[in-house]
Amino acid sequence: MALGILQIANQPTMSGSILLSTLRQLATGFGMTVAIFVFTLLFSMPLGLGLCNVRMSRRWFFSWPARLYISVMRGTPLMLQILMIFFGPYYLFKMSLSDAYRFPAVIIAFSLNYAAYFAEIYRAGIESIPIGQYEAANVLGYSKLQTFFKIILPQVVKRTLPPVTNEIITLTKDTSLAFAIACTEMFTTAKQLASAQRSMVPYIAAAVFYYIFNFVVAFVMERCEKKLSYYR
Amino acid sequence: MNNFEKSASIFEVHHLSKRFGDLEVLKDISVTINKGEIVSIIGPSGSGKSTFLRCATLLETMEHGTMKYQGEVVCEEKDGQGAVYAPPRILRKLRSLFGLVFQNFNLFPHWTVLKNVTDAPISVQGRSKEEVLADARQLLKRMGLDTKEDAYPCQLSGGQQQRVSIARALISKPVILFFDEPTSALDPELTGEILKVIKDLAAAHMTMVIVTHEIEFARHVSDRVIFMADGVIVEQGPPEEVIGNPKQPRTQAFLRKLSHQN
Repeated sequence: MALGILQIANQPTMSGSILLSTLRQLATGFGMTVAIFVFTLLFSMPLGLGLCNVRMSRRWFFSWPARLYISVMRGTPLMLQILMIFFGPYYLFKMSLSDAYRFPAVIIAFSLNYAAYFAEIYRAGIESIPIGQYEAANVLGYSKLQTFFKIILPQVVKRTLPPVTNEIITLTKDTSLAFAIACTEMFTTAKQLASAQRSMVPYIAAAVFYYIFNFVVAFVMERCEKKLSYYR
Repeated sequence: MNNFEKSASIFEVHHLSKRFGDLEVLKDISVTINKGEIVSIIGPSGSGKSTFLRCATLLETMEHGTMKYQGEVVCEEKDGQGAVYAPPRILRKLRSLFGLVFQNFNLFPHWTVLKNVTDAPISVQGRSKEEVLADARQLLKRMGLDTKEDAYPCQLSGGQQQRVSIARALISKPVILFFDEPTSALDPELTGEILKVIKDLAAAHMTMVIVTHEIEFARHVSDRVIFMADGVIVEQGPPEEVIGNPKQPRTQAFLRKLSHQN
């Protein structure tokens, strides 16, 4: 694999040391990409569950704000949301922007955005569980919380694994949008290196990083699906 | 009040009425089930027999009427308010008095047979794990499922799944067991094994209410047959009367139609 990059990079204009430093810098950027990825999942998945719960409420004053939220988050570009979260405090409250706010701003924007998608995936999963499961739980005396966490949620996890995998893979690629506020993840680094070196190699190397990462994600998720295939 | 010994009635409901929107599905139903009694409810689809079972098992709330298990009030008719239910704390306790076997089994697919049977008594009723496991193994053996405790529901036949669900209903030692068309989702060959289980329970004097389309089975197993149509009890009595020699034209018409089909 690393051999592949070397072969592509093995052009007369590029020496091995430049390539090595390119890879090193990309790897640093990749660390940031992974950080965005991990923190976004960490926050957006539970947040999505809460949002889904509110969205499915039978009371309109809960469900309608949740609907509106999901509609806005899905209906506007993530890049615009990142910019608004980052620059918002300055424009609204004249707060000075510190560099340290870049990363939190990215995580906030990503988590708020992805929570909307996860909420809808969970909702589809929850609504696909037969009503008989709730009725059996009810007759057996399970409380509402027990019913949800012991009986419904495990089945929802199994059913929503394929769309969740989709979402996670999209997230890997979406991390590149942090470029918009110069949060130096891998894509930002690749772009800087490419224009400095007047070469496509940093882009190709970044593409390989993304691809391998997603390949691993897909592999792991497939293993999870297999693990849950012991029942229908 | 809780004079279990004196009151022979396990379950009673008086003047039950239930509507879905404009449709009145149950009209002024009164039924008393005594200890050890086996009652079959027959009738055409849409007659309200399943809704009756769902009201009795608290899956539906009724608009009017009074309902009691062993003399303990589930809900009581109050002037101007209709049926007023006991607080949730009481209802949770009363739930352990009855069991319900569903038409579609409704086992939990992600749990093994053993977990399906044992989880509720352990995590809902708080019984000791050892005791529940011992009870469950005994019950599964009685159901002919002793080799299946580690199987998942999807690995079982419909008849086996239904037997697991009967074990799941029995483990909390209910005083009454309701069956909602327990054989309707099964192939004819598998129907027999469920009917045999119910017969065995009858022999052990389990109090049971069975909604069924198996008229011949109802005739053999029950002490009393209730014929329902259009939300009312048209006729009830011993099977030899209601099925063997029905008095009401509506019952006669229903049974005639059934015998033509067979």
